[in-house]
Amino acid sequence: MAQIGYSKKVMEHFMNPRNVGVIDDADGYGKVGNPVCGDLMEIFIKVKDERIDDIKFRTFGCGSAIAVSSMVTEMAKGRPLDEAMKITRKDVADELDGLPPQKMHCSNLGADALHAAIQDYWVKTGKIKPDEIKKEDDGEGEACPA
Amino acid sequence: MQGIYLDNQSAMLLDSRVLDFAKKYLIDEPGNPSALHSVGLAAKSAVEEARAKVAELINAEDARNIVFTGSATEANNLAIRGVAMRNAARGKSLLASRIEHISVLNAMKDLQKNGFQLQLIPVDTQGTVDLQALESMISRETAVTSVMYANGEIGTIEPIKEISRIVHEKGMLLHVDAVAAAGRIPIDVQNDGIDLLTLSSNDLCGPQGAGALYLGPNVKIQPVIVGGGQERGLRPGTENLFAIAGMGEAARLARLEMKDESLRLKAIRDGLIREILKIDETHLTGHAIERLPHHASFRFSRIEGESILLTLDAMFNIQVSTGSACSSRTLEPSHVLLAIGLKHEQAHGSMVITLGKSNHPDQIPVIADAVKKTVERLRALSPL
Repeated sequence: MAQIGYSKKVMEHFMNPRNVGVIDDADGYGKVGNPVCGDLMEIFIKVKDERIDDIKFRTFGCGSAIAVSSMVTEMAKGRPLDEAMKITRKDVADELDGLPPQKMHCSNLGADALHAAIQDYWVKTGKIKPDEIKKEDDGEGEACPA
Repeated sequence: MQGIYLDNQSAMLLDSRVLDFAKKYLIDEPGNPSALHSVGLAAKSAVEEARAKVAELINAEDARNIVFTGSATEANNLAIRGVAMRNAARGKSLLASRIEHISVLNAMKDLQKNGFQLQLIPVDTQGTVDLQALESMISRETAVTSVMYANGEIGTIEPIKEISRIVHEKGMLLHVDAVAAAGRIPIDVQNDGIDLLTLSSNDLCGPQGAGALYLGPNVKIQPVIVGGGQERGLRPGTENLFAIAGMGEAARLARLEMKDESLRLKAIRDGLIREILKIDETHLTGHAIERLPHHASFRFSRIEGESILLTLDAMFNIQVSTGSACSSRTLEPSHVLLAIGLKHEQAHGSMVITLGKSNHPDQIPVIADAVKKTVERLRALSPL
């Protein structure tokens, strides 16, 4: 859709999303967004030797929300947890050859969901305490107040 | 794959017969209707012919009651600002339904800066204006009440005659935005009791760049822009001859062909509604019966409208529209879907189909199957 301005890569990931689904015995689980705002993402990870051995996602949302979810799972798969924690929203958008400006904030939640899943694993394994979970903040505040 | 275009509300093809009729005013006879020489007079007569054709579409008393503007947005602004400012001494209250076009709502909101008060009339879950609420809200202070003939997003046709009766009982003026309805269903400003009415050229398959405002015989307004005396001084500026002549021809064709075309499209629409509602957790939005003949609109639980639009386009070459927040510039969900009582998460999953000349009954199963597959695909991705 030219008027929305999605890159070819966004459309490719939207039409052929990677790593869709659920991991029943996931080691870590992250869920971010809110259906009221129009975007909700969940990410499941399986960890082996402190690496992301397997990763799955499910997303309710617009084209870019689905493409972002797909891309972040592809970027994180096989990576050490510490490295995966460093993947930013901007990294994901860059890998997708950019997102339309109005989509940069609201539907670019893939990295947040990934970080939530990793931290969930770290809480479960005792590496961090629940109150040490880092809140995501890109400095732009909340796009959707709900 | 052959495409199926189902977004005839947002962009309609210019009717080739309209182009054939009006192109001479672009190429051979680019006269200025204000000029006194023969070329100017020919241009003037083209404008007057168009005025008569537009008047006939809505059964206006006199062609002189039609004022051409540059767009329907401009006509809505002229109607609301023009009446409100002209009659400000009598009352500074404005009424509009919650589901009006943004150009009506924003014109009224803007007038709040000039001391006007705006009240919004609620609609029910099918999008029909609450007549009791209207009755309780209207007063001798109401400078203008604006209710659309039909809503383009949910297809609901409003009970304009009833609304007119209530407004006129108080001796007040009714403005009707008929952009979505004109050329789809019969409009009779005299019988319906309409004081001001807005029309759009491109929504009649005419050229972009023209709109029209009908003003009833006793309606006085003041212009929004000032300049020379064109359009009785109500809309100065050199006339867009091509667009106006084209709008007139489009209005004439619409008047002649509306009945048969509406029946044809209604049959396709009913087939689509029947088939698409077979999909689980799918709901019609808008009125089931009092609905524009070419219009079918839905919401699907647990999925989002922009994804529906993109999937139908990329996978099936089918073009629809959506009221989803994610596809709008503001990222706000449609005010129309919220006004009919949908929650934000429900409003996100909307899809609007508007049929046109290129659609035919053979497309019903193809469209229904594509929509079903699209919904299944997106629900498989959804955590909800």
